[in-house]
Amino acid sequence: MTVGTPRYRELGLTDHEYELIVEKLGREPNDVELAMFSLLWSEHCAYKHSRKLLARLPTEGERVVMGPGENAGAVDVGNGYAVAFKVESHNHPSAVEPFQGAATGVGGILRDVFAIGARPIAILDSLRFGELDSVRSRHLLDGAVRGIGHYGNSIGVATVGGEIYFEEPYEHNCLVNAMCLGLAKTKDMVRAAAAGVGNAVVLMGASTGRDGIGGASVLASAELGEGDEAKRPTVQIGDPFEESKVLECCLELLEKGLLVSLQDLGAAGLTSSAGEMASAGGVGIDLDVAKVPLRETDMEPFEIMVSESQERMLAVVEPARVAEVRAVCEKWQTGSAQIGLVTDSGQVRILRGDDVVGEMPVEALVDGCPLYDLEPADPGSWIYGNRATMGLGISSEDELLALLASPSIASKRWAFEQYDSVVGSRTVRRPESADAAVLQLPESGNAIAVSIDGNGRRVACDPYAGTVEAVLECAQNLACVGAEPLGLTNCLNFGNPEKPGTAWQLDRSVSGLADACTALGVPVVGGNVSLYNEGPDGPIYPTPVVGMVGELPDPSRVAGSAFAAAGDAIALLGPFSPTLAGSELAKQRGELDVGLPQPDVAAVTAACAIVRDAVRESKVASAHDISDGGLVCALAESAIGGGIGCAVDVQPLRDRGCSPEEALFGEGSGGFLLSGERAELVALGANLIGEVGGTTIEIAAGDRSLTVGLAAAESAWRSLSQRAEAVA
Amino acid sequence: MIWGVLQFPGSCDERDALHACSLSGEARLIWHESRDLDGVDGVVVPGGFSYGDYLRAGAIARFSPAMEAVAGLAAAGGPVLGICNGFQVLCEAGLLPGALLLNENLRFVCRQLNLVTDGETLSIPAKHGEGRYYAPEEMLDRIEANGQVAYRYAPGQNPNGSVRDIAGVRNEAGNVLGLMPHPEHAVDPLTGSTDGLRVFESMVRFAA
Repeated sequence: MTVGTPRYRELGLTDHEYELIVEKLGREPNDVELAMFSLLWSEHCAYKHSRKLLARLPTEGERVVMGPGENAGAVDVGNGYAVAFKVESHNHPSAVEPFQGAATGVGGILRDVFAIGARPIAILDSLRFGELDSVRSRHLLDGAVRGIGHYGNSIGVATVGGEIYFEEPYEHNCLVNAMCLGLAKTKDMVRAAAAGVGNAVVLMGASTGRDGIGGASVLASAELGEGDEAKRPTVQIGDPFEESKVLECCLELLEKGLLVSLQDLGAAGLTSSAGEMASAGGVGIDLDVAKVPLRETDMEPFEIMVSESQERMLAVVEPARVAEVRAVCEKWQTGSAQIGLVTDSGQVRILRGDDVVGEMPVEALVDGCPLYDLEPADPGSWIYGNRATMGLGISSEDELLALLASPSIASKRWAFEQYDSVVGSRTVRRPESADAAVLQLPESGNAIAVSIDGNGRRVACDPYAGTVEAVLECAQNLACVGAEPLGLTNCLNFGNPEKPGTAWQLDRSVSGLADACTALGVPVVGGNVSLYNEGPDGPIYPTPVVGMVGELPDPSRVAGSAFAAAGDAIALLGPFSPTLAGSELAKQRGELDVGLPQPDVAAVTAACAIVRDAVRESKVASAHDISDGGLVCALAESAIGGGIGCAVDVQPLRDRGCSPEEALFGEGSGGFLLSGERAELVALGANLIGEVGGTTIEIAAGDRSLTVGLAAAESAWRSLSQRAEAVA
Repeated sequence: MIWGVLQFPGSCDERDALHACSLSGEARLIWHESRDLDGVDGVVVPGGFSYGDYLRAGAIARFSPAMEAVAGLAAAGGPVLGICNGFQVLCEAGLLPGALLLNENLRFVCRQLNLVTDGETLSIPAKHGEGRYYAPEEMLDRIEANGQVAYRYAPGQNPNGSVRDIAGVRNEAGNVLGLMPHPEHAVDPLTGSTDGLRVFESMVRFAA
């Protein structure tokens, strides 16, 4: 045992928190109890630095079926069906071991969705790495993409979309956020609250091993001396085959009405699952660790309680139904064991056979952690680096090609072709064919669209405006396929909230999220917070990742983002007044600084409605949101996608006060690039800017006019694969 | 025509195959432990990762009770269609010639591509990590001479390094067909193509 540093401090508890635990127990906690408290009172489980902020978010809405607090949120899509969805991070495991870290990230979010009785139908991923010229970044990228594919492909859930950004501040601390959507009959959905004193607690799925004993590994070393066990990797190992069986098993159990409640085992394993089920149900739980099926026979009770072995689910079952439940588990060749009982004690009691090895009030364990106020302070200046990769005074043509070749803007085909995007027969719009993925729902006779977004660089420039922009970009992406937003999930990836600068970013970002959602009328139905994302060089860019789900009546009318036919008119719609602040061009020039213009949410919302209706009525041939790289990159993407050029004059943006450079490369919310019949576009109130046709991208912008061949643009835009696979 | 679609632990595309079959007849799932094919006229061995593809893709599934019954149906001349993992299972079971190896670039690939058969071109998605068709030269010469190469990837579209661009093969009698691309995912214009229906239709004539 370490002399000098108390064990609770090594486990991440403060002196004050430890005193509170002693006070609530009326005694010192033993090793099992200390391990359990340290996990449930961690930032990850208790949200102790973010919970007060999250209270600002709007969570109510007509279509909300399940909101925050359940394993996943859910919205009504009609005809008795609901779509469940949630995004979660697996950042630190992926930074240590990207393949298993990303794979188990997908596995974990899938379990969250089927835990409420929804069949997973789609996965999206939001990934952040350091610059692609770093060997480490390429290693992490390759491992994470393989890991996501390995798990999602093997379990038969389509990966339909996502985004990848490459920025220096993610060099050491990459981000892997996975989002899952599921479809459920609303009447079959189940909550996580334990209920019914005397009911059985059944553990299903994989056996429990020493993998993923995260924070508690420190305790392990203190307990076991200098044994090798303590040095085992703390990253969990995924087995998608096991999860596939557990998934089918749980859905069959729910369909047969055999379960009272269901919860997945994620971070903090049995400790958080049992604790949260008891807390939500206002009951107590007895668990006998001797009944937990183990991979290794000599595991200590605390190890069993904190193990993060994957592919496990915890269910509450009426005693008379246990045999039937176990028979279904046997059919699916997956494990099951009755390991405990629901009690009226208000305590979580941990037994090993007849011995009580831990006993804690549920209230103290799950809800007793103190919540902290942040101490935010605006750093007032740009705290991240600037690295110029583009010379000043180069031609507009070269600037366009450099932007298209930027790995954050370039085609991500290399990644998404490694994912099964078609399984399930729902995918109407595959990755890169439209701004949002579109999935048909024959069950409810309509379709849903989903988009995931979050540009950390812009949030770093202005945490409030940048977060508003992330929400608006999702809304714009949905509008481009004719969808109306139903609900939103988010993952807040930030640095250390105990530092005033990061606290300020978090505080401003949550306010932006809350205000944008309120103004759009989109409820937040769930989310996740990942803090302490820092490397030796400082914090990551503040990165709120927003996942938005919308509904559309007729998937056959979905527009694509590609130009459709020569002769179609091209038009701009929306309150788009781009500037170079926070843009990809500013990054490449090494000119990033604080400050972004404040988006006009009401005006963007109105533009979204116009585009949505136009798409639904087939009045446009293509619709594309203008985002990274500005208007030129949006034009190039639509042209490359359609295999046809365009000729455009940016005068309407000049009339709004933009310089030629801002008109071409500036970024900001609210811009839609549409193509179609001239009269239809004019009737929408859009500004005509040019025409589809030819084999070049030709843009008149005063002294910055440019002409680039379609082939050259495509070659730059498709350059990611060679660079991602570069060996050294 | 009644189709049976096998369901193993780890199958992924069985529900999609069931839907595709139901467009041209009746269709039902057959559990892997069933030794009885329940009176179906033909069988689809679907895509996915049967038994986790542990050991080797298809290596465990070929020993399942349901596959014994499928071998019986095949011997009796009934239609058997193996898709992706099902193709791997049929090769492992010796019902089709050749084997499927890891893709040449060692990566999973999901892509809409064109298949050529008897002068016809079909647009069908492929998605697999172990889809590189391989057979010894003399076997390739023989199956080509026998007309057993059912589908080839269109020129320049071979996604996995398969020998002679082979995407699908049949047995000598023609009633057992396996292919890596997924015809069950090409039966709806909304999701990309309806060309996959042609693959199912091509098997119907073998039904008793």
